[in-house]
Amino acid sequence: MMPIGLTHILLLSTGLFFIGTYGFFTRRNLITILMSVELMLNSVNINFVAFNKYLYPQNVDGIFFSIFIITIAAAEAAVAIAIIINLYRSHNSIDVEEANEMKY
Amino acid sequence: MNLLLLLIIPFLTAIGILAVNGLKQVRTVAFIGSMIQLCLSFYLLNQYHIAKELGDASLMLFEQNYAWFPSMGVYFHIGVDGISISMIILTALVVVAGVLVSYGMEQLHKEFFFLLILLSLGAYGFFISLDLFTLFFFLEVAVIPKFLLIGIWGSGPKERSAMKLALMLMGGSAMIFIGLSGVYYYSNETCFGPRTFDMLALANNGISKEAQLFFFPFAFAGFGVFTALFPFHTWVPDGHSSAPTAASMFLAGISMKLGGYGCLRVATFLMPQAAEYYAPVIVLLATIAIIYGAFATMMQTDLKYINAYSSISHCGFVLLGIGMLTKVSITGAVMQMVSHGLMTALFFAAIGMMYSRTHTRLVAQLGGLLKVMPFISSIFIIAGLCSLGLPGFSGFVSEMTIFVGSWQNPNMWYRLATILSCASIVVTAVYILRAAGSSVMGPIKDDHFLKLEDALWNEKLAAVVLLSGIVIIGLAPFLLTDLLSPGTDIIMKQLLK
Amino acid sequence: MSNITTILLIPGLPLLAFLLLGIFGNSNSLLKQGAGIIATAFMAISCLLSVQAAINYFVMANLAENGFAAIILFKYTWLSFGSGISIDMGALLDPISAMMLVVVTFISLMVHIFSLGYMKGEERFATYYAFLGLFTFSMLGLILSSNIFQIYIFWELVGVSSFLLIGYYFAKPSAVAAAKKAFIVTRFADLGFLIGILTLGFYGESFDFQTLIQRFTDHQSPQFLAISAASFMGITGLSWGLMLVFMGGAGKSAMFPLHIWLPDAMEGPTPVSALIHAATMVVAGVYLVARLFPIFAISDQAALDVVAFIGILSALFAAIIACTQTDIKRVLAFSTMSQIGFMMFALGVSNYGGENGAGFSASLFHLFTHAFFKSLLFLGAGAIIHMVHSNNMEDMGGLRKHMPITHISFLIACLAISGIPPFAGFFSKEAILHAAHTSSPIIYYLALFTSMLTAFYMFRLYFNIFWRSEAKPNHNTHGEGTWSMKLPLIILGVLSIVVGFIPFSHYVSSDGKSLETHLDLMFSILPVSLAAAGILLAAYLYKNKNEKPEQIAQNLGGIFSLIKQKFYIDEIYLFITHKIIFNLIGRPAAWIDKHIVDGFYTLTAITTEEFSSTIKGWQSGNLQSYALYFLASILGLAILIIYALI
Repeated sequence: MMPIGLTHILLLSTGLFFIGTYGFFTRRNLITILMSVELMLNSVNINFVAFNKYLYPQNVDGIFFSIFIITIAAAEAAVAIAIIINLYRSHNSIDVEEANEMKY
Repeated sequence: MNLLLLLIIPFLTAIGILAVNGLKQVRTVAFIGSMIQLCLSFYLLNQYHIAKELGDASLMLFEQNYAWFPSMGVYFHIGVDGISISMIILTALVVVAGVLVSYGMEQLHKEFFFLLILLSLGAYGFFISLDLFTLFFFLEVAVIPKFLLIGIWGSGPKERSAMKLALMLMGGSAMIFIGLSGVYYYSNETCFGPRTFDMLALANNGISKEAQLFFFPFAFAGFGVFTALFPFHTWVPDGHSSAPTAASMFLAGISMKLGGYGCLRVATFLMPQAAEYYAPVIVLLATIAIIYGAFATMMQTDLKYINAYSSISHCGFVLLGIGMLTKVSITGAVMQMVSHGLMTALFFAAIGMMYSRTHTRLVAQLGGLLKVMPFISSIFIIAGLCSLGLPGFSGFVSEMTIFVGSWQNPNMWYRLATILSCASIVVTAVYILRAAGSSVMGPIKDDHFLKLEDALWNEKLAAVVLLSGIVIIGLAPFLLTDLLSPGTDIIMKQLLK
Repeated sequence: MSNITTILLIPGLPLLAFLLLGIFGNSNSLLKQGAGIIATAFMAISCLLSVQAAINYFVMANLAENGFAAIILFKYTWLSFGSGISIDMGALLDPISAMMLVVVTFISLMVHIFSLGYMKGEERFATYYAFLGLFTFSMLGLILSSNIFQIYIFWELVGVSSFLLIGYYFAKPSAVAAAKKAFIVTRFADLGFLIGILTLGFYGESFDFQTLIQRFTDHQSPQFLAISAASFMGITGLSWGLMLVFMGGAGKSAMFPLHIWLPDAMEGPTPVSALIHAATMVVAGVYLVARLFPIFAISDQAALDVVAFIGILSALFAAIIACTQTDIKRVLAFSTMSQIGFMMFALGVSNYGGENGAGFSASLFHLFTHAFFKSLLFLGAGAIIHMVHSNNMEDMGGLRKHMPITHISFLIACLAISGIPPFAGFFSKEAILHAAHTSSPIIYYLALFTSMLTAFYMFRLYFNIFWRSEAKPNHNTHGEGTWSMKLPLIILGVLSIVVGFIPFSHYVSSDGKSLETHLDLMFSILPVSLAAAGILLAAYLYKNKNEKPEQIAQNLGGIFSLIKQKFYIDEIYLFITHKIIFNLIGRPAAWIDKHIVDGFYTLTAITTEEFSSTIKGWQSGNLQSYALYFLASILGLAILIIYALI
């Protein structure tokens, strides 16, 4: 059995990223979109950790960044969910297609 | 004399208008300000003559030069010669008359008078600028108020007209800017050498012929948009007819002259070789404008459209005079600018007075006004007679000067153009008399007209102000030609260089 | 008083009257009441001054061997075009201008007096006199002009005062139309005049009459050589210049085919017709040709032939039409046109200098006598219209009992215009016929025929008005009019008899030298007997009411109606102006402007709008599609970087 290398991890994170992207593009429900964004962020986190481990094991920059991202993501989720709740209050729906008042 | 006064007085007037309240106070401030400006412009004329008599032979008098963006070669450089002075006096007369006819402006009067004065400020600045950047700056100052004046206080399809006018004039400005930038860039062809916007320096050093040939059309056509050069004239009928009376007077009387002055002072003066090269095109377009404007006028039914189209024809004479490139014809072109400015302002004033009473401008609905409002009708007829070039009024001397000047160019095609332009004065007679014959003469078509009143004192004064200008030039044209002579000499010297 | 003051006062007084009455006449009640008296007094002084000036000129000035010299009393540069070309305001006194001064001021005075009665009670009485003053001023200015551009200036002013006076009854659409027509037709002719002036001025390098004449009659001068060398369509510059100037003259003098405005101009008040459209303004064309006569005669015979041809054609043409008209003022209008034709062809057949220049003297002699008897005819017609309230001769008849003074003076004028001795017209017409006889037989015979027609139509008019039976028996309610109306008739009647005895050619001749002409009695027999035949024919047909004229008209059929409709010239003009110029040039120009030129800008605007509304669809507001663009662009950039740059 071959050892798990950087390539495998990158393939995983790429897959995760595009699953998130796909969800982001196709879903209408804002909560799902938010979840897709989280997936994309986590794929990036994986990349950071992987690069750090395989290329610069003596440094902790990558881990540092991934912790940073997790923090930001938490804050972002809080703000996003606040927006979504507000949207639900005003539109009775969290369908992204229906929030088009600012079009043009 | 300090030329800055010419800018300070309108500026203070505009501030004063903002400071006071109520129609009476606002109009009084505007009237006083414009009267001071009128006196000042005559004082300037007087000072100019004194300076000339003392033997001041410099090109421009009362020059002042302040650094504005010196690193870019932009200076605030002002000065006047006879041509600018005649334009300044024209502007001052039209402003006084415009303020007077707007005495009854009820709606948003403060803003209205403020914009009128602002427009005149732009025109004064334009006429005294000797720096292309300053000139362009003031040109833009004079454009914006027009949009608001038409869009807010206009009549008919006012939003559309305002938009059309503003867009076309902006298009013209864009072309002017290309022309001016070209002149600026080629004032020094080395890569990082100092460049200049200063007209006198530019005229002295000259720019290369290739650059002239490329940028002249932009500058000339750009200013041509302002002065109704065919085929850039279509804003004129719509803009004039939708504008309120005073704004029509300003548009035709002052702002079309900005273009003529620019064509002469910027395009022809700074790029003489190109002017000579493109002269046939200018003459052709001017002749088309004259003839075609006259014939198009004949078919109009609205008095304001009649005057607007006739302005196209009359401004064609200005361009014809410039295109012929003889001293006499250029003098004639400037005289025509002054004359047309006064005459058309008078015409619009008369039409405005008639419209405010009868509420119609259609020739077919008017009739017999000479009986109920003899003063206004007489003014209308007099403006018409001036427009068709009756001796004793300014239109005659300016047109004849252009014709005599044009005839001095022995080229067969130029002769033909002159003959066609002469023929347009017959067409002018046709449309003027048709308009006068059925709107102020003839039987009274509507019984309501019988109750209408003649002109009020302010309207009479406005008419008298403009009319006295027309008659003085008409009876003593030498006053104007003497004033213009040094200025046209300089331009001719450029052309012959 | 010095000569200059006098000469300035002559046109200055009518101008003063114009300004005074025109500006204050309607507001000041004193001026409004006394407008007529004031204007008449001003005019009387002006008339006296011009008589004095003429006497000074003709009698006191010593007649040197060079004849009467032209005197420039003053000259002021009004508008300079550099290099010697300028429009000057000056006063030129020579035999013809001195003669015209007297004619114009005198006829104007008569008309002023006549109008006191005729126009009494008009609402715009002061305005009327103001316009009369303006006209007289402009006409006098025209006469005194020393510069061809100066004459053009006053020419236009005369035209506009004619416009104002014809349109005096501005509430009447026909008067407005007539005024417009008169102005536009003459304006069209003036276009030719202007271009002619430009041509002559450009080559002659001056607008001054004397300079021009001197340069263009000297066949060695550089200016003459230049203008002769210049040619366009095979005709020299000089001929073009002169013919175009003549075109202006023909327009003002109502020569064929520019005559159409004159009959319509009769819509104005009748005294105005007497002043402007009979005695003064319409002869301005003759005056203009006479002014430039040395150039015509010495340097360009061809242009002079054109003058002769147009003159005789108009004379004959108008005389034929005059035989069929029923509006008495229109008959007089066509007769005026015909008589001016006589003056024109007399100039046309003349030569320069001495005996050869007899036609020149004859022409101006006829101008002089014609002014008296034609204004008399018009004023008489005015008196008749004042009484009958109609212009149509059908409504008249038998008026000799009710208006004895008008009748006698009208008869005198008719005899004078018919050329019956010893009335004034006889002498001048004989001189013209004599000149034509020596120069061109064709013109002579046509002129003879025309003068017979003249006698016929004038007496047709006379008998229809004063004889026949009365058409309306009740029109003698207010007599013949006031003395202010009768006095001018009497004065002019007397003058129409006596002015013929003035030895005119002694004073006025082509070269200024006095020319003695003798009446050739044998020569006169033919014209006089033909005129008498014309009168007798008119008496036979019209003295008593009968069917003969009707029958003749019916026998002539189509020809009669063709003539009665004035050869449909008006209709042709209407067709050209309305159908061709309005429909084929005016309307398309307006249409093109609205739809094509302006359409271009509208199209630009529409295109811009379409473009922006297309691209604004991309700005959907949809977060997910933005993200897609974003991703696609990133990928695109990545591919670009990878493949294009590495």
